[in-house]
Amino acid sequence: MSAPATYEQALRALAAEREDVVVMTAENRAHIRGLPALGPRFIDVGICEQTMIGAAAGLALRGRTPVVHALASFLTLRAFEFIRTDVGLPRLPVKLVGFVPGLLSEANGPTHQAIDDVAVMRAIPGMQVFCPADLDELVSALPAIVASRAPAYVRYTGAAPAVDHVEPFAIGKAEVLAHEEGVSILTYGPLLREAERARRVLTARGVPVHLVNLRTLEPVDEPALLDALRAAELVVTLEDHFHRGGLHTIVAETCLKHRLAPRVLALDLGSSFFKPALLADVLADQGLSGERIAERILDALCPREASA
Amino acid sequence: MNALPQALAPPRPAEHAELEALALRVREHCLRLATGGGCFIGASLSCADLLVYLYSRVLNVRPDTLGDPGRDYLLLSKGHDVPALYATLAELRFFPVERLRNHLKTTDSIYWHPNRAVPGVEFHSGSLGHLLAVGIGIALDIRLRGGRNRVFVVLGDGELDEGSVWEACLVAAAQRLDNLVAVVDRNGLQANCRTEELVPLEPLPAKFESFGWSCRTVDGHSFADLDEAFSNLPARAGHPTAIVARTRRGQGVGSLEDRPDRWFADFTAGEVEALVRELHGGGPSRLVSEGRMVR
Repeated sequence: MSAPATYEQALRALAAEREDVVVMTAENRAHIRGLPALGPRFIDVGICEQTMIGAAAGLALRGRTPVVHALASFLTLRAFEFIRTDVGLPRLPVKLVGFVPGLLSEANGPTHQAIDDVAVMRAIPGMQVFCPADLDELVSALPAIVASRAPAYVRYTGAAPAVDHVEPFAIGKAEVLAHEEGVSILTYGPLLREAERARRVLTARGVPVHLVNLRTLEPVDEPALLDALRAAELVVTLEDHFHRGGLHTIVAETCLKHRLAPRVLALDLGSSFFKPALLADVLADQGLSGERIAERILDALCPREASA
Repeated sequence: MNALPQALAPPRPAEHAELEALALRVREHCLRLATGGGCFIGASLSCADLLVYLYSRVLNVRPDTLGDPGRDYLLLSKGHDVPALYATLAELRFFPVERLRNHLKTTDSIYWHPNRAVPGVEFHSGSLGHLLAVGIGIALDIRLRGGRNRVFVVLGDGELDEGSVWEACLVAAAQRLDNLVAVVDRNGLQANCRTEELVPLEPLPAKFESFGWSCRTVDGHSFADLDEAFSNLPARAGHPTAIVARTRRGQGVGSLEDRPDRWFADFTAGEVEALVRELHGGGPSRLVSEGRMVR
C-alpha cells in the first residue's frame, strides 16, 4: 500500500488498522470529507464543540481513541473547560485536531484566530501539543500521535512541503535543518517555510544559521533547544502566536531553568490580532515573510541608525 | 455480563420497605457528613431516594462487575449531591462504610464533588453541564459494540441553566440514543434561589419533548412512582428518555426541607445528632448554625 498523501487518507488508514479510532467533528468536514465512509465510527455532532469533547471523553472511557475536529479557536476556547476537565484531568487519549490555526484563518477575522491555542493547550497538565510544518509532516506524525495514550492537541495544516525534511517524526523530537553557529532560528508550523527562506537570504549575506523545526511543543525537545540557545549570538523565536504562552515562553522557561541569558529576538504576533487577509498578505503585513524575517534579523544583528 | 459467583454479589433491596430502610440509612450518612467542614446536604437529601432506587432496582452494576463493559452506567452530573452517592455505594458494599469517615481528608478522595478514584464513581463532576455529553460518548460506544446496557445521567434542575445540557440534548436526540436516560432531580431550588423565580424552567417536560426526548414526570420520593417511571425503558424506541423526578431539597428532615439557605451546611456535632433524631421521627431540630449562601 502506498503511503497516504492526504490527512484524510492517513486517518482512514489508521482507522482501518485500529478499531479504537473514532473520528468526530463539530461539522467541520473540509479535510475529512470522505470519512463518513467509516460508518458509525464517524460521528458528526453538529456545531457543538462542548458536547463533542464530553462525548469524546465518554468514548475514551470505553477504550476508544477519538480524533476530534473543529476550527482551532472554537475547539480550544469554546470547549476549553470541557477539554481541561473531561479530557485533561483524567488524561484520556482524545486527539484534538484544530483547523485553521495561527495565520491559517486568513481573512476570517479575530473570532477565528487561534493564536493563543498553544498557550491554553500547554497549560493543561499532560496535554501533548503538535505543530506540524506541512501536510507531509502531519501525515507522518499521525500514527505516533494516535498511538500515544496522552491527550493531544494538533495544529492542522494542509500546506505543501515547507522544506525537505531530514528527520523522521518522533514525539518530543525537533528537526534540526541547519547546524551552523550564529543565528538560531526556532520555529514551528507553516512558518518553517518562511524561516527556510530567511535562512537562504541570511546565508547569502554571510550569516550562519542554525534552524530548528520544533514539531512538538509539549513535550519540547529540550536538548535541541539547549544546543540552539548555547551556541547562538542571536536566538530568534518565530511563531504565528501571541507573544505570551507560545514558543517564546517555552524558550524563556528553558533559559531560566538552565541559567541561560541569550539575546532573543521574538518574531510573533505580539499582543495584537492580525489584520484579516489572504495568507501571503498577512505574512507581509505582519513582517513574517521570509524576506522580512531576514531583514528583521539583520537589523537586530547590526542596528541601523535611529534617525534612518 | 461476566458470570460471577453469586456469593460475591451484595444483597439488593427488593421490597419498598427495604428501599425505605436503605434510604433512611443513606440520609443518616449524609447528615453525618454535614459537619467538620460540611457538605451540600440539601441537594444530597433531595436525590437520596433516586440514587437508592437506581442502584437497588434499575442499574445492572454490582461491586464485582464494576469493570465489566456490559454494566449500566450512572453519572452524577450535578456532583455536589455526592454524599448521597457515596452513602448509597457504601451501603451496597462498593467500598467499606467506614471509608465515609475519611470525608474531606487529604488521605482519601472523598470531598464535596465526585472523584472516580472512589469505587462506583464512573466519572468526576463538579462543573455543571458536562456529564450528559460524557454519557453520550459512553452510550455511543455501547451501541457501537452492540451492547444492551444503558447510561443514566443524574442532573440537577439548576444545572439545566447551562447551555451545554441543551446542546447535549440536541445531540443525543440526533444520535437516536435510546440507551441514554436523563434523571432530573427537580427540587425547584438552585443554590440560593428558586428556579422558577430566577430562570424559569417550566414547562420542563415539554422542553425535553421538543428536543426530541420522551419525558416522564414522577414523584421522586415515591418508590411506587419510580417503579413505573423506570420500567419499560426506553419510553420510545430511537429516542432518549428524560425522567423529571419531582423532589424536595432536604427531604426527610423537616428542619431542612425546601430551604433555600440549607443547600450547603456545616453543622455542629450536636446539631447533627438532633437532625438524625428528627430523621428517625423525632421533633424539629433546634439549629444554631445560620443558613449559608455558598455560590
